[in-house]
Amino acid sequence: MVVSADFTEAQIWAWLEEVPDPEIPVISVVDLGVIRDVAVDQNGVTVTITPTYSGCPAMAVIALDIKTVLAMHGIKQMTVKTQIAPPWTTDWLSKKGRARLEDYGIAPPQAAGGPVRCPHCKSTQVEKVSQFGSTPCKAQWRCTTCLEPFDYFKCI
Amino acid sequence: MNHLFEFLLRQGDNVLVLGHRTSEWCGVAPALEEDIALANTALDLIGQTQLWLGYAAEVEGAGRSANDLAYQRDVYDFRNLLMLEVPNDDFGRTLMRQFLFDAFQVPWLTALLQSDDQQVADIAAKSLKEALYHLDRSSETVIMLGDGTEHSNARMQAALNYLFPYAGEMFADDATDIAMDDSGVAPLPSAMRAAWTQTVEKVLGEACLTLPDTAFAHSGGRTGFRHTEHLGHMLATMQTLQRSYPGATW
Repeated sequence: MVVSADFTEAQIWAWLEEVPDPEIPVISVVDLGVIRDVAVDQNGVTVTITPTYSGCPAMAVIALDIKTVLAMHGIKQMTVKTQIAPPWTTDWLSKKGRARLEDYGIAPPQAAGGPVRCPHCKSTQVEKVSQFGSTPCKAQWRCTTCLEPFDYFKCI
Repeated sequence: MNHLFEFLLRQGDNVLVLGHRTSEWCGVAPALEEDIALANTALDLIGQTQLWLGYAAEVEGAGRSANDLAYQRDVYDFRNLLMLEVPNDDFGRTLMRQFLFDAFQVPWLTALLQSDDQQVADIAAKSLKEALYHLDRSSETVIMLGDGTEHSNARMQAALNYLFPYAGEMFADDATDIAMDDSGVAPLPSAMRAAWTQTVEKVLGEACLTLPDTAFAHSGGRTGFRHTEHLGHMLATMQTLQRSYPGATW
């Protein structure tokens, strides 16, 4: 069957911007940097995604959410492909995504290995509580100024 | 024998068995933060299992999936290191084991980045990022507990004394390893010993712990020749659903 090309790759990228990360709903899967490629041909749409952490249960939900959004826009034939190489890195988080994380109370990743400041009061006096947090991509930190605990998005 | 299949089972079974053991802490770890950390570590390991066993199933070409390999094989078909199947015992032993394994995985996965088998190199690249993070945490915890109180030091030394005779199995080359080395898939595991020893001596030194003075090494896990009595009990729990309802899906 030939699919009428009444949608473009750019349009699909825009629709994917509407798919939130299931664990961190303030950022989209595009902001998260897991969308590697979008291709449209006569066989339909192929979206290629890269898993954040190899065992992250959110990846199955992300694949399902992508299919749901594409179906809502009338796309009938679609494939979500997983590609593990090159491995996902937090360098692929968008600038917009990083700012939204901080607004939401999650310190964005830093190459230095720890948060620059508390996402709540912006104090730079912070300390690590645990190297792991509520999801595989986060660690637990605490602000020693306002005493609030907060999540830090691990840098990998 | 299909050496590549055998090699991939070893990689997959190591992370599957350690991942399951680690997951046994979920809900019962000594502190909430540790509970979360252990569950997340287990999740990484199970994720890596899906990659290794998925490729193993593909190489085997017998129509089995990663799930079939994980849930429908019995003890003697497993190819994991014995060290990874022994019970968790206490938190100290769990973290000491994680450390001894991480100290191997980091140089091992780093070497596999150069594999002539592109899929092996890709899986290694994905797993290495997680292994580096695990090594950071397991080293830190081993140092904290070893260089802690007299009691925590004694518990960590006991854990090391128990586990150390199992560590040598990681470096015991056999026909499969030689075939992998010859075909450019992987270096010999024995080539990792120097890097492993360096990491282990450094961390255990900082942790005020003493390396046992023994060259004895248990073996039989990675060849499947002889597992400990513990693996069968572990599989009975891990595979209970597929054993009771073969082929069940949901």
